[in-house]
Amino acid sequence: MSRGEEEQIPLHIPDAPNRPGDSSSFEPWKWHPNDLKKPEFDCVADETFEHATGLVRVLDDNGEALGDWNPNLTTEELKLGLEHMVRLRIFDDRMMKMQRTGKLSFYMQSFGEEGIAIAQTMALNDKDWIFPTYRQPGAQFVRGRDMVSMICHCIGNVEDNVKGRQMPVHYTYKEGRFISVSSPVGTQFSQAVGVALASKYKNLDEVTITWIGDGASAEGDYHYGLNFASVFKAPVILNVVNNHWAISTHYNIASGSNNFATRGLAYGIPCFRVDGNDFLALYSVTKWARERAKLGFGATHVEILTYRAGAHSSSDDPSRYRPSNEHEYWPGGDPIERLKDHLIKNSHWTEKEQKDLEEKIDQEVISAYKEAVKYGDLANGPYPSSDTIFTEVYESVPWHLQEQWDEMKKWRTE
Amino acid sequence: MVEMNMVQSINSALDNMLEKNQDVLLFGEDIGYFGGVFRTSDGLQKKFGKHRVFDTPLSEGGIAATAFGMGINGLRPVVEIQFADYIFPAYDQIVNEIAKVRHRSGGEFWCPITIRTPAGGGIRGGHHHSQSPESQFTHTPGLKVVYCSTPYNSKGLLISSIESNDPVIFFEPKRCYRGPFYGDPHNVPTWKDHPEAEVPEDHYKIPLGQGRLAMEGDKCTIIAWGTMVHVAEKAIIDSGISCDLIDLQTLLPWDKEIVINSVKKTGRCVIVHEAPKTSGFGSELSASIQELCFYNLESPIQRIAGWDTPFPHTTEWDYMPSTARIVAAIKKTQED
Repeated sequence: MSRGEEEQIPLHIPDAPNRPGDSSSFEPWKWHPNDLKKPEFDCVADETFEHATGLVRVLDDNGEALGDWNPNLTTEELKLGLEHMVRLRIFDDRMMKMQRTGKLSFYMQSFGEEGIAIAQTMALNDKDWIFPTYRQPGAQFVRGRDMVSMICHCIGNVEDNVKGRQMPVHYTYKEGRFISVSSPVGTQFSQAVGVALASKYKNLDEVTITWIGDGASAEGDYHYGLNFASVFKAPVILNVVNNHWAISTHYNIASGSNNFATRGLAYGIPCFRVDGNDFLALYSVTKWARERAKLGFGATHVEILTYRAGAHSSSDDPSRYRPSNEHEYWPGGDPIERLKDHLIKNSHWTEKEQKDLEEKIDQEVISAYKEAVKYGDLANGPYPSSDTIFTEVYESVPWHLQEQWDEMKKWRTE
Repeated sequence: MVEMNMVQSINSALDNMLEKNQDVLLFGEDIGYFGGVFRTSDGLQKKFGKHRVFDTPLSEGGIAATAFGMGINGLRPVVEIQFADYIFPAYDQIVNEIAKVRHRSGGEFWCPITIRTPAGGGIRGGHHHSQSPESQFTHTPGLKVVYCSTPYNSKGLLISSIESNDPVIFFEPKRCYRGPFYGDPHNVPTWKDHPEAEVPEDHYKIPLGQGRLAMEGDKCTIIAWGTMVHVAEKAIIDSGISCDLIDLQTLLPWDKEIVINSVKKTGRCVIVHEAPKTSGFGSELSASIQELCFYNLESPIQRIAGWDTPFPHTTEWDYMPSTARIVAAIKKTQED
């Protein structure tokens, strides 16, 4: 008897397949890199039915890059992708440690999902817009953001470019066309369609990419986004990152179907499901979607199939609601290991080089950390001045805020 | 009586009501198996079953709409919106549907639902885990709006809310779940030994629409709700001035009698809330007090509130009303 059948209840209440104390298991994958061909860029939604119900893969279980979707990246490009993923993982580890010491109030890792934003951003042009959730910070490394600046934001010091106003990981990086992260989940997904339509109105060769979680795809914004993108043929790439978990909510509770990709078909948008831990498949699908958008055929909808290997955030304890080692059983493995193994298999990389890379980046992160804390941290200050409470609420400060600002100055403690 | 913190007392209220009434259902994001991100429904799914206490998709609008449907079809749903900041996708369902169905259907349908939601600042939550949006609901005819402040009143008010045949928005001051907050972020007391932490394990009610006199005095009336009740208590002690402290408990409909009697006695009044000052619920109270006891007032009514800005992250202690600001306001009322 499987979970959910043990009690006779009138309502159908779904549950996660495995909970603490259960053994972890996933169905073995039946999909292979040679399964699916690239469709024409002007295809209609129904022509992607197989792509939405199958899985776009390039790297096979032995680390070989195969099939029609192989993007044939240069060794240098592959090494750069690997380096950014390693950078993000080591950066996350350091920030989680800092969070435990009170240097920042909160943190969210990308553990197990490092490949997504990094591969996809590398597949885009520099002028394309990135409209992320809190689990796509890696795009900033691709766009050249200084790590010190990222840490300054997370620890809320005087150099934080958003002036201590937002929680950590809520990055804004306009120079890299990385749009401000907002806590209410899903809002960016429909807004991204507007960003894309503005580019189209201005007749610019710019595409917008956005993501939403499997959990947040239950919000209205997901459906607004798909519908507007379809109606107006927006040059936008709409990704659902299915990492199985929205805090404690398994995707069984986000949707009555176990496939997120096919939902876009009903909106008339071509759909793909892609192996989210396969750097090459992510790159390739994104490149295809960008080309389709550039040619004026509109949006693409992608389910990125992965597993949230870490906690939702530093405030979360997943051992309360799922088997603690479940991520080790994920058929998609680990995105860093898979790209590393591919490079090693083709004699472009060695374990020694990998170790040297990790050490180099560890030093880079430590040195960025030391630099950032010079400007203060959440535990010890100094913080941005509390004057920043009143600035940029409006373009200029109206009388009622000016009065309150003057009042605040009499009482401030920071 | 048992000593409880506010997480436990809310859990106890939900437990009592699930036990007492088969029509009561609990649902929301992460509230079932996990027991809620603040643990307020911990253990209830195991005790009452998945069909009574369950997780929903992440969809506040869907949660509110489903509650509406269940409510008009004879059930009594108690739903959780994980943070009050996330209630706005449900705003249309609450304001246009849940609040108005009794009236629009000529009294044929009504919605006896309770929407619980953690609110307020003081947890380094930044813009979207700190807001206190009560006045966005007190401006809605058809809703009752409750804001608890202690383990004792949270349980009694929550049971009354669930048993109410009208829809109730029930705000829980998240900073006070595990202890009162006296305005000093470095002082983190628990509810241990606090008189308001003595809570009956059994069903009891605090009527909606009634305030609570948390302190008694004769020189000034302080009105507060939620976390600010405790900040105001500390400020009154610091001021050395004898004050009535009214914990309003229900904002809609509010307890006119307790407020008017107190202001007629003291002739002076300070209203304290975390939400932005402009169009905050303090504006309503202030206007009503001058209508009802203008000739008893000895000095202008003071409002100490959050600024009319988004809620900040690192500088939140300069945003939230401090004891020093409240003390100054109390003293100002004594000048004339």
